[in-house]
Amino acid sequence: MTEAILISILVTVVGAATPILLAGLGELVVEKSGVLNLGVEGMMLVGAVTGFAVTTMTGVTFVGIVAAACAAAGASMIFGYLTLTLTANQVATGLALTIFGIGLSSLMGAGFVGQTVERIGPLFPPALAEHEHLRILFGYDPVVYFSFAMTLVVAWFLRRTRAGLILRAVGENDVSAHSIGYSVISVRYMAVAFGGAMAGIGGCYYSLVLTPMWAERLTAGRGWIALALVVFSAWRPMRLLAGAYLFGVVMTLELHAKAAGFEYVPPEFLAAMPYLATIVVLALISLRKSVGSQAPACLGQPFKPST
Amino acid sequence: MLLELEKRKQPSRRMLYLTPVISVLLTMIAGATIFSLLGYDGPGAVWAIFFVPVLDIGAWQDLGIKAAPLILIATGLSIGFRANVWNIGAEGQYVMGGLAGTGVALATWELEGWWILPAMCFAGVIGGALYAAIPAFLKTKLNVSEILSSLMLTYVSIQLLYFLMRGPWKDPEGFNFPQSRMFNDSQLLPEIGNTFVHLGVPIAFIVAVIAWYVLSKTVFGFEIRVVGAAPHAARYGGFNQKRTIWLALLAGGGFAGFAGILEAAGPYGQMVPQFPTGYGFTAIIVAFLGRLHPAGIVLGALILAISYVGGEIAQSSIGLPNAASGLFQAMMLFFLLATDILVTYRLRFGGARSGGAA
Amino acid sequence: MSDGVTSRLELTGITKSFPGVLANDDVSFSVAPGTIHALLGENGAGKSTLVKMIYGIMHPDAGEIRFDGKPVQVANPKAARAMGVGMVFQHFSLFEAMTVLENIALGLDEAVSYSELESRIRAVLEQYHLHLDPHRTVATLSVGERQRIEIVRALLLTPQLLIMDEPTSVLTPQEVAQLFDTLRALAKRGCSILYISHKLHEIVELCDKATILRGGKVVAECDPKKESSRSMAEMMIGGSLKEIEKAEGRSFGAERFVVADLSLPADDEFGTTLRNITFSVRAGEIFGVAGVAGNGQNELLLALSGERPVPFSDAVKIDGTPVGMLGADARRRHGLCAVPEERNGHGAVPGFSLIDNAILTARNRKNMVNWGVINSRLAERYTDEVIHTFAVKTTGASSPAGSLSGGNLQKFIMGREIMQAPEVLVVSQPTWGVDAGAAAAIHQEIVDLAARGSAVVVISQDLDELLAISDTLAVMNEGVLSRSLKVGEASVDEIGLLMGGVHGDPEATREYAGAAHVA
Repeated sequence: MTEAILISILVTVVGAATPILLAGLGELVVEKSGVLNLGVEGMMLVGAVTGFAVTTMTGVTFVGIVAAACAAAGASMIFGYLTLTLTANQVATGLALTIFGIGLSSLMGAGFVGQTVERIGPLFPPALAEHEHLRILFGYDPVVYFSFAMTLVVAWFLRRTRAGLILRAVGENDVSAHSIGYSVISVRYMAVAFGGAMAGIGGCYYSLVLTPMWAERLTAGRGWIALALVVFSAWRPMRLLAGAYLFGVVMTLELHAKAAGFEYVPPEFLAAMPYLATIVVLALISLRKSVGSQAPACLGQPFKPST
Repeated sequence: MLLELEKRKQPSRRMLYLTPVISVLLTMIAGATIFSLLGYDGPGAVWAIFFVPVLDIGAWQDLGIKAAPLILIATGLSIGFRANVWNIGAEGQYVMGGLAGTGVALATWELEGWWILPAMCFAGVIGGALYAAIPAFLKTKLNVSEILSSLMLTYVSIQLLYFLMRGPWKDPEGFNFPQSRMFNDSQLLPEIGNTFVHLGVPIAFIVAVIAWYVLSKTVFGFEIRVVGAAPHAARYGGFNQKRTIWLALLAGGGFAGFAGILEAAGPYGQMVPQFPTGYGFTAIIVAFLGRLHPAGIVLGALILAISYVGGEIAQSSIGLPNAASGLFQAMMLFFLLATDILVTYRLRFGGARSGGAA
Repeated sequence: MSDGVTSRLELTGITKSFPGVLANDDVSFSVAPGTIHALLGENGAGKSTLVKMIYGIMHPDAGEIRFDGKPVQVANPKAARAMGVGMVFQHFSLFEAMTVLENIALGLDEAVSYSELESRIRAVLEQYHLHLDPHRTVATLSVGERQRIEIVRALLLTPQLLIMDEPTSVLTPQEVAQLFDTLRALAKRGCSILYISHKLHEIVELCDKATILRGGKVVAECDPKKESSRSMAEMMIGGSLKEIEKAEGRSFGAERFVVADLSLPADDEFGTTLRNITFSVRAGEIFGVAGVAGNGQNELLLALSGERPVPFSDAVKIDGTPVGMLGADARRRHGLCAVPEERNGHGAVPGFSLIDNAILTARNRKNMVNWGVINSRLAERYTDEVIHTFAVKTTGASSPAGSLSGGNLQKFIMGREIMQAPEVLVVSQPTWGVDAGAAAAIHQEIVDLAARGSAVVVISQDLDELLAISDTLAVMNEGVLSRSLKVGEASVDEIGLLMGGVHGDPEATREYAGAAHVA
């Protein structure tokens, strides 16, 4: 394979990895606070359709991305209100959020099917971004760099800051955190909102950069893969980054296989690969003995403070 | 006005049964409002979706046909949900059941006999159950979340369906359309009387009754409930949690697979790429709306069937987009989960507390 | 303590109610500076609710809290800490997966760099002669060390009032002695201590003053030094204590329950591995297992009840039949019933009716199942029998287990097992969180069951309880069971040393081994 092909493969891998990295980072923070939000797929779809609609209407991609983050965070607040304030079952509510996101995005997007927007260009000037070799480093759009930056920020936040310490404490033992005097519910609300915003940005990456157009259910289950990635990462941001790129490779197999001449492999098999790979990866990491204890101890449990 | 929540001394049974009704009513109100704001005829949409199908006797047969797979799948899922086993891949098990039964049909397409249809149904149940055995194995042996594995397998099953439809199982006389042969008369579910209601519909209702008996009267039903409510107590009572996970998933998969082959041998009469229509996901809503109880599930399935049929009516009568009924279904589940708190808490109006409460 | 000194803490007319319960009813008392003040009462007397209001976790419905003479509204624990109130919880508010340092940082209200915090922690440890490694993960620490984290966390704020909620319930006698030294040193520096307990001999030994709560009300104030344990106990329970009736000079029958070389690896990284547990219980004998919580008692109960079968059949024998590899259901058929420590979610399902909870363990021994179908009439009849025989206060057999008080639920669970007439009964913490009346009734039932010829194993953290009811006793420490001691021949000091054993901090154990005086 030539260098040019390798570079173009790398570019598609980055494209496939970026949205699940963003959504996964958001969910990682949510789960660290002790909340399991299974609505990632739904929030990504809400973000995807909002980002596309707002970008089409304003013509400014940046505004579209911000709107996507806000809309998905708003959707996550439905989940937050039900599970945190009303202590509803988190699994059921997360599923409901996904079903809701699918319905809402189809409804909102009905008028946008078939339209296209202009893809976001690279962050760096053409001299770097279109350079034969340097484009490996500089040839990407701003969202890609944002996803790297957020990986570092989340890692730093959880490890080094006091707010991160409190967030981890809330996920580790909500009763204790409450009795020391932290507001478990507010911390979790903020985490859920962050998770929603990140899922929204991840979602709109599909409709604004990858396709770039709106189609019903265009995230095709990537939100669930992001959830699996969080488990795979053992709740560590740096491993999440590695996992997202690993999946980026698997998800782009379909494209590469054709390019590499593997024509006898049925395309349906390649399309099923990311999902099969997710199952295999989840099975493999569970062979590691301590995986259960790496999960935040209060993950998925409702908390109702007595006053 | 101040609203306050006060914990009940024990959960209210009345609210347990009342909240699903309240949530359906709230969905109608919210739906009418939202669709009005979106520029549609909101009250008209609610009328078309929830009332027209009930008032139109001609639509009743359609309601039964739509409710049957929902009843079957939701009953199977409710066994799992009771035991805290979150099988959300019923859609995939439904597809695999349909494919397994279709496999039998294609193998016997030149034959005739009373035994063919039961063999297809049997294959459907086994196909769905085996597909659910994968998450069961992963959960009990490797502690992999059944939520993620069962859902991932749904996407895989759909790719398998596409592959079979485009390749090996394509009808050789089908003008290259990606779909299977039509089933022959020995392979199709008979219709009842002079209706177009197939035999699967009464079967679904009978299965719900049997499920009710097993879940409420037997040690198996008790085991499922205890494992879901308190795993430690279940182990203390002598129940094996892993065995329960296996049974719950196999039952869920078997029921979904059964629904799959009944759909293939009933309304479709063949296998097509459009076979997965989301019954597996809608059944999750049905199971919750029915409070995981077979009688409730029958009612819940009818309501969801109404919203499906009504959605089609609203699409043609007032131009409501297809996605609207999905949104209504999601809202129903949201409202149900929100009003759930009324089972354990009581609403108090204007209760200003005295003293030092900040 | 003269009247001229402003009280450190003064409560007037504090009232707090929950649906169906009046937890605190017009409670008034005051704590003087530099004193150790006992708050005494049974489980459910309202002690924990009261201190939670002082610490701002809950808010009173009525009444006034004054601190150093000034009326205060304690909005939250942060406000309490700012005022100078520290608290050490009964159930520690610690984070298992985090380090000691992180845990302490979480208890501070301002952000302090870890290096500065560490030097401050070391200063406090030095000042009070405590041992603790700031970089260890909490999950790896003993219970005594965990409590030290809570104490250091409170001391870093140089509190004016330190609230200790049942601090000794999980400590060895030697650790208790060390804790008392720390508390006395603290009081000498002027800090008031509000000491919550139901252990009377500790209060006599430690406290300057005692306020006694019963049913949410203050029923007495006294000077513990001038009272006997018995007189305070009677004020606490509002009646006279009933002695356990136990026949003198009993003889035991053949060995009914034999455990030989039972070993079982921990099922998670925070668990305890059981090592070569060996003991035998004869017909009519009550065998006590003492020890500080978290030394493998839970694992032992699971291994004995069959909830975690062991890989060797011969490790557990009932009347000579090997049952080691059998599960809980099969062992019950062989005559072994068990009562776990945790009632809610283990011994009973709170959301289930009492009938369903009877079906949970009695379905086979009481023939409630035919061809897989449950005979609910028989189940209801058995439930009614248990409710009647054991005087369980409930609105009926179909009310949920969660609606019963702790003591009543425990009576129901004990009754459910005892009325199955087991050959062997294994009970863990039979009176944990139970009021004195119910505790006495439960003790009597255990003694009576043994008198009818059953072999009984009682696992308890409460040494007084074991000394009162058991015939033979052994101590559990880090998954190892000591040799059996005859009750009456063993001294408390000896038992205490076995409890401390190799556990925790060897230096401290040595240091205080001689100094332990436990009444």
